[in-house]
Amino acid sequence: MKARLLVVLVAAALLIPAATPGWGQGYGQNVNTMTVTFKDDISTLDPAIGYDWQNWSIIKSIADGLMDYDPGTTNLVPHLAESYTISSDGKTYTFKVRRGVKFHTGREVTAADVQYTLERVLNPKTQSPGAGFYSGIAGSKAFADGKAKTVTGVTVPDRYTVSITLDKPNAAFLHVMALNFAHVVPKEAVEKAGADFGHKPVGTGAFMVKEWVLGQRLVLVRNPNYFIKGRPYLNQITFQVGVEPNVAFLKLQRGEVDILGDGIPPADFLKVMADAKLNKLVAVGDQLQTGYVTINTQLQPFTDVRVRRALNMAINKTRIIRIINNRAVPATQVLPPLMPGYDKEYRGYAYDPAQAKKLLAEAGYPNGFSTALFANNTDPNPRIAQAIQQDLAAVGVKAELKTQAQSTVIEAGGTKGQAPLIWSGGMAWIADYPDPNDYYWPILACAALAPGTWNWAWYCNQGVEKMVEEADAMVRADQAGARAAKFREIYRKVMSDAPWIPIFHEKRYTMHSARLGGLPGLFVDPIHIPVHYDEVRVLGR
Amino acid sequence: MRRLLQGVAILLGVSVLTFLLLFALPADPARMIAGRSATVETVARIRGELGLDRPLAVQYARYLGRLARGDLGRSYAQKVEVSTLLRSRLAATFWLMVGGILFELLIGLPAGIFAGTRRRSGFDRTVMVGAFLGVSAPQFVVGLLLLYVLAYKIPIFPLGGYGTPAHLFLPSIALGIAGGGWYARMMRSAMLEVIHQDYIRTARAKGAGERRVLTRHALRNALLPVVTMIGLDFGTFMGGVVVVESVFGWPGIGQLAWQAIQIVDIPVIMGVVLVSAVAILLGNLMADLIYPLLDPKIRYG
Amino acid sequence: MRRQPAVIGGLVLIGVLLTLAFFAPWVSPYDPTEQFADGLSQDGRPLAPNAHFLLGTDLLGRDLLSRLIYGARVSLLIGVAANGAALSIGALLGSIAGYFQGRIGTIFMRFTDLMMAFPALILAIALAAILRPSLWIVALVIAMVNWVWIARVIYGQVLTIARREFIDAARALGVPTPRIFWKHLFPHLLPTLLVWGTLGISTTVMFEASLSFLGVGVRPPTPSWGGTINESQSYFLEAPWLVAFPGASILLTSLAFNLVGDALRDALDPTLRGQGP
Repeated sequence: MKARLLVVLVAAALLIPAATPGWGQGYGQNVNTMTVTFKDDISTLDPAIGYDWQNWSIIKSIADGLMDYDPGTTNLVPHLAESYTISSDGKTYTFKVRRGVKFHTGREVTAADVQYTLERVLNPKTQSPGAGFYSGIAGSKAFADGKAKTVTGVTVPDRYTVSITLDKPNAAFLHVMALNFAHVVPKEAVEKAGADFGHKPVGTGAFMVKEWVLGQRLVLVRNPNYFIKGRPYLNQITFQVGVEPNVAFLKLQRGEVDILGDGIPPADFLKVMADAKLNKLVAVGDQLQTGYVTINTQLQPFTDVRVRRALNMAINKTRIIRIINNRAVPATQVLPPLMPGYDKEYRGYAYDPAQAKKLLAEAGYPNGFSTALFANNTDPNPRIAQAIQQDLAAVGVKAELKTQAQSTVIEAGGTKGQAPLIWSGGMAWIADYPDPNDYYWPILACAALAPGTWNWAWYCNQGVEKMVEEADAMVRADQAGARAAKFREIYRKVMSDAPWIPIFHEKRYTMHSARLGGLPGLFVDPIHIPVHYDEVRVLGR
Repeated sequence: MRRLLQGVAILLGVSVLTFLLLFALPADPARMIAGRSATVETVARIRGELGLDRPLAVQYARYLGRLARGDLGRSYAQKVEVSTLLRSRLAATFWLMVGGILFELLIGLPAGIFAGTRRRSGFDRTVMVGAFLGVSAPQFVVGLLLLYVLAYKIPIFPLGGYGTPAHLFLPSIALGIAGGGWYARMMRSAMLEVIHQDYIRTARAKGAGERRVLTRHALRNALLPVVTMIGLDFGTFMGGVVVVESVFGWPGIGQLAWQAIQIVDIPVIMGVVLVSAVAILLGNLMADLIYPLLDPKIRYG
Repeated sequence: MRRQPAVIGGLVLIGVLLTLAFFAPWVSPYDPTEQFADGLSQDGRPLAPNAHFLLGTDLLGRDLLSRLIYGARVSLLIGVAANGAALSIGALLGSIAGYFQGRIGTIFMRFTDLMMAFPALILAIALAAILRPSLWIVALVIAMVNWVWIARVIYGQVLTIARREFIDAARALGVPTPRIFWKHLFPHLLPTLLVWGTLGISTTVMFEASLSFLGVGVRPPTPSWGGTINESQSYFLEAPWLVAFPGASILLTSLAFNLVGDALRDALDPTLRGQGP
């Protein structure tokens, strides 16, 4: 038995390289195609599992959800659903599934597929990172625990109707139904592919997987039966992986590549923006992102709100932004500017080291104190953390820097009493969906406080929590304005408690070839990074 | 057969040690999979699904059981079979190693041989200086400087990446430069020693041509230690590829390992370590098997 | 004798390094961790070498020269500490195994086989992740990876020495074992240890640089040559001095110890010629 194992491994080591030559992959520029480059391999394309910025948008082009967004915006619209109704108590959503939409396999989508998809996400066997979003559906816990065969909250009254009941109202639920995890997949294809479904995905989307060579390229081809007429524009998209950003940049200039998946390489950024010809190819926009430092509110001396406020005043955000070539705007609050509930009036804590020192003295730390700052060890995060460290030192707070692999930092953050300060960069927080409650429940809520939490500030304010619950009960469309106002109030309260030091909101710079075009804002679509693949067009034909 | 068993035993040891190390990591793979919206229960369920809640010994036994069937498991992050992942990466690393070894030999051997036969000439001095520099230069520094000069300032070679033989050139130099230095020094001293041996003098006295003396007698003996070194190179290179692949964006198993460590993708890390260990053992085995073929004085029983 | 200029060069280099490292606070123009407001351009570019910052600034606006001078401390400290530890562990285990042989020797050989089949860098990365590196932890990690090679060499030597008559004689006279080790074995191993101790520093300095380059070495803001290159990697095409100067520092340090170590080997132990780590 053991000998056989060795033989297998030996054979693997010897034969595999010889069998895959891999040299000389040409790429022609066909008229109606485009090429996108990435440095890292594309991981799974299973809608229930894919959860990184890279595969997120690709999956959106392969599968569809009941809800979606108008391209280039954060406006929620029915998609695979024809229409929907919300019960007066805000707990039951009834969707009418659009008729005649076909999976890539040719079968029509029905309400039962929606039910299957949701149950699949909730099933622990699937190991979906999105399961938590759907844990508000009635009966989901019993199902996940194996105590129930079905999720009682999801029912299928007829072939084209699916009804979903929640334990309590959630005004963001329609956003949740627009997440990739709820993108509809056909049971028979999932079962046929088994664990390989992520590499042989089937959905209803505008594109289908044509070819996937691990570590080299993924080719998507147009779905001729896509249910939206005239979409997609392109016949084919090729994703080249293993391409360093600076190589991709040169290739784009030579016309071999259309979109830089990883963005403009840092060293070339200033050159590009200063070049009148090149900067025309760069689209600039906002994204739903906040970079922040969490302050562990349960650890001494951060239990004192004066100390937390002092830290907020100690950081020179403009200087930090300069380190990343001004590719961001200073943050005053938790929510990013694109998010409903963002407070334009709110000024936050101004940079004022003198005031910070005074506050520290009042709190009993005239000479500061020692603490630790955790950060991810991939560039530019250690640099940003060092800048934060220097600013803290200037007011007497000596923070030892702990740069570690992201998994280690995440573990430390979720362990009670472990990490006093954490710089979030490289690990969190691009919003899952454009609703302000996405910035509350997973990372600031009392409800999230358990071992393994992402609430690294270990922050809990029951008063605030109650307000968020109230806001989440405001499900009617005509309440949107009032809800946004409520969230402005909520996040002002949060900032007054100062569990975070918001540092900046990154901006997006998407560089694309001159021959591509589409809707205004297409290249900085807030939902799709780097671009909405269904909506890109080749110009001039 | 004895060697084979020994090899298997070593592999088992390596796998046990790696397993222990990975579970000592202060990180939880289930949490990495579960994502930030996950509740405590979701994480616990995933831990159960992966069998991570079992005692370590049970987990290891299961791992071995699967391994015996040739199953290396599935990547936590990508959900692909580890063997598929490795297969997609091994070719790149294999070519890189071949390139590195070729570079070492093509530069190191001739330089050492000629330096040895022209002792204290200008050429000899140049080679020795070059060899010392090569041995002392870290691979990533060489790599970055090569990229700067030969790919950026004077764009002869591609700026990193993978795909054509041209892509292979600079990474091979970065990987092989230290070895080249060693070989040059080794060959030089071996040549110096051999040249003064009796049988070379005899051959010379018999009137054999200088070239013939060199190739037939001196070279053959001087090459012996080189064979062993090439085998050992596999071991050194397995570490080197992590760095070189990172510098050049080379999609090999070094980068795979690096990324997997970042997110505690245990099956992938185990796979890479095992494949590396196999490569190292094969390298040693190769050295031991070829050595007696070249040296008639040694015969293994 | 024939390589005298090279050896002298090596010794001078080591001397300079030691001086710089020791007198760093007095020699270096600035505090190596201070991020100067005027050390970066308005749009965040590092400054090229100039009259104010002799070797330019890094991506945080710190003085590169000062960081390199302090970096010498880190490199040398780790080089000496890690290599010293590796040498001690290796010498101890190797000589015990070689002296007693038998079962202990077999276990030793098998264990070193195992360690040698490990990809050293991957092992070090994993260890560094577990142990959460400080300067001393990095040294320890490197020692844990490097001791095997030394142990093997020492083992081989002790095997031959232990068979010699004077050891048998000492044993017959009832000299206690630790004393045999110290009085009779150790002096014979000294040349090897000296040679490896010097050459090993070169390897260790490079190893530390590689770890720091991968971001798992000494923690920022401690100045480290490999770490500086790691931080600057995304920018090196625009700011090559950020790679060239620390790279040269690593190269020169490693070269110096190689030159001296090689000369020591020739002088002390001609049989070792041509072998090496």
